[in-house]
Amino acid sequence: MKIFGFQIPSVFSLLIWAGVWEVIGQLEWVFIFPPLSGVLIELWDLVGTNAFHKASISTLKSFCYGMFFAITGGVSLGFFMGRVDAANKLLGMWVNIFASAPLSSLVPVLILLFGLGQTTIIVTVVLFAIWIITLDTLAGIKHVSPSLIEMGQSFGASRWNLLYKILFWAALPEILAGIRMGFIRAVKGVIIGQLLVSIIDFGQMFATFSRNLYMEEFWALTLVLFVFALGISSLIGEMEKRVEYYAGVRD
Amino acid sequence: MSSPSASVATPIASPSFRISQITIWRVLSLILLFGAWEIAGRVPISIAFPTFFETMSSLGTMIIDGRMAKAYAKTLEPLVIGIGLSTAFGIIFGVLMGLSRKFQWIGEPIFIVMQAAPMAALIPLVTFLYGIGVAAKVVAVVILAAPIIVLNCFRAVRNASPSLIQMCQSFQGSQIQVIRKVIIPDAAPMMFSGLRLGVAAGFIGVILAELLITPNGVGDLITYHRSVAEYADMYAAIFSIVFFAAVTVGLLEKAEVTIFRPEKKGAA
Amino acid sequence: MAIAEQNTIPLAAPTFSDNNIVEVKGVSKFYEPDIQALLDINLGFPKGQMTTLLGPSGCGKTTLLKIIAGLLEPTEGDVFVNGQLVTGPGPERAFVFQDFALMPWATVLRNVSFGLELRGMAKDERYEIARRYITNVGLEGFGEKYPHELSGGMRQRVGLARAMAVDADVLMMDEPFSAVDEQTRRQFQEDLLNLLSIEKKTVLFVTHSIEEAVYVSDQIVLLSPRPGRINKTVRPDIDHAASSDEIRRGKNYLDSVEEIWHELKGYLE
Repeated sequence: MKIFGFQIPSVFSLLIWAGVWEVIGQLEWVFIFPPLSGVLIELWDLVGTNAFHKASISTLKSFCYGMFFAITGGVSLGFFMGRVDAANKLLGMWVNIFASAPLSSLVPVLILLFGLGQTTIIVTVVLFAIWIITLDTLAGIKHVSPSLIEMGQSFGASRWNLLYKILFWAALPEILAGIRMGFIRAVKGVIIGQLLVSIIDFGQMFATFSRNLYMEEFWALTLVLFVFALGISSLIGEMEKRVEYYAGVRD
Repeated sequence: MSSPSASVATPIASPSFRISQITIWRVLSLILLFGAWEIAGRVPISIAFPTFFETMSSLGTMIIDGRMAKAYAKTLEPLVIGIGLSTAFGIIFGVLMGLSRKFQWIGEPIFIVMQAAPMAALIPLVTFLYGIGVAAKVVAVVILAAPIIVLNCFRAVRNASPSLIQMCQSFQGSQIQVIRKVIIPDAAPMMFSGLRLGVAAGFIGVILAELLITPNGVGDLITYHRSVAEYADMYAAIFSIVFFAAVTVGLLEKAEVTIFRPEKKGAA
Repeated sequence: MAIAEQNTIPLAAPTFSDNNIVEVKGVSKFYEPDIQALLDINLGFPKGQMTTLLGPSGCGKTTLLKIIAGLLEPTEGDVFVNGQLVTGPGPERAFVFQDFALMPWATVLRNVSFGLELRGMAKDERYEIARRYITNVGLEGFGEKYPHELSGGMRQRVGLARAMAVDADVLMMDEPFSAVDEQTRRQFQEDLLNLLSIEKKTVLFVTHSIEEAVYVSDQIVLLSPRPGRINKTVRPDIDHAASSDEIRRGKNYLDSVEEIWHELKGYLE
């Protein structure tokens, strides 16, 4: 969109939507949409509270643990399936099923097995994120140009050399894309897990806010989480761009 | 091991040989996971972890006595309506945004935000507006499924082949003809794969809504049997929904290949 | 003249003699269930000469090259290099790839020195060697560039430098010029011949271009398709010391091109 000849980046259209929200809120059409200004003021108070600090630290912890397991597990599983055909044939079907399964239905089982605490949240994060990382890593390995592998072999590269000097780097763009998608899914997973466990961290806050109709608080918390999710995905997007320069050479 | 590629034609096995090979691996793969499940259940790793066969027999009972059918009727209705609505949104907004830079400017960022953000957080709010009926579940499906469907439709239209469009224009095709006869058909495969992703997200949404707000459907089967400690029934319900979602998504994927990408048939 | 002397060496291939650095004996390659890529290939590659495998697509010429390189295993038969049975890739052979096979994440310098890196040579040492070969192929000053910053022809020069840097006796080139445009290709062919006249390598060259084969080769092996078989061996007898124009207008060059074209036409149906 151009105004007075200036190209306005499209992110700014979000400001228009924010304006729409404010107007709807001021008109008091529906009580679940309080004015954005009120939400922002509430947000300022919210991030100062102890409860919020505790919840964010604990959520961030579950998130980081979960992502650590998801990335190490997903990347190694992807490599394994990419290099060992039998593993791919045995596990491929399950990885694909779990990647698109309604994992929210598994959370009740996790609660049974791991209790109403942080472990359940961590496992939820892993379950949400690991499959897409595996699939993307696998795709990356499968797309490595055969001649690049032959090049390594023709110079007598050992299996290990081939793996960490060629395959890993060649598959890196796909691996990063998988990790970015994994992060996005993990944020969703951590929230779904906490909503269902509902007695810890943000899940408990959401439950309290919605039970008591604290709509401004509810939206403030939602906004914080949205910003966090977007921040993470654009951060990894940046990293991806850095390695993109060679992704184009692929085909 | 992947064998080094050859410049010569790859072997073309006879179809029957191929199919039997695939079937064998499928069966092995099923045995692997279900076997692990059975063993874990027998150990048992937890009192709340029934074996595979217990779960399957529960599943059989639940199918025969009609509990499954009732629950699925409750779950699928909002899912189908929600996906239908999301698809309609997707095509309308996607085509508008794909064809007009102005619509793209105003629409793309908000849909990207919705796709990347944990929209599930909003589900508890839905009940204040729509109660605990079908409408609430439909909304839950739409807020999770619509963003991905809209974005895919938009990208599909935006990436429609420029040379095809110019071809149509060179034969004096009108703007409407270009859209109807070239852009939409060219964008169809990618729109359809957006639909597939949307369905997967919709399943998550409807189950989450049933677990969180509306006490019926498959989600309620899970909650109810957990509360009365009938774990085999609970696992059967979960197994059935994961299986059902996998089959649905798998069929959509197959349909995508058969309808839109015949060149990929067999390779997929 | 050095070249004229070379041509006087009697080399009615395929004969097995001490003169051959690479010998292929009874090699066949089948892909299951019943696709025959190569059938009973017997061939000798004379030391210090350029031998071209020429044929239409699907005749298995790249397969044969990769078998000699040790990248593929023959179904039947053996390959000997310097009298040693080939069981895999070896340091006496170096490969130049059709699609260059450059590592896009590494600089030209690292790409060229990669073969040496895999042999465990120290960094300073291998970079010094690599720099020398980068200069030799005409890429001086491009050492710190990345492959995507180079043109197609320059990328293949990197591939060539990499193969030269490991100082192998046998250089194997799989359609090295097929992905570069025609003018670059001609320039490259000339440079390659100049370089080889200094380096004295044995070159195994695969191409589907008749003109290219005749222009660069001492010996041309014609392969017929499905299954790949040796049909004929041609020795163009061209004076490579002459200028490019002279060669391309010379009688030997034109006659050989014509002869090979007639032969290949027979493979079409």
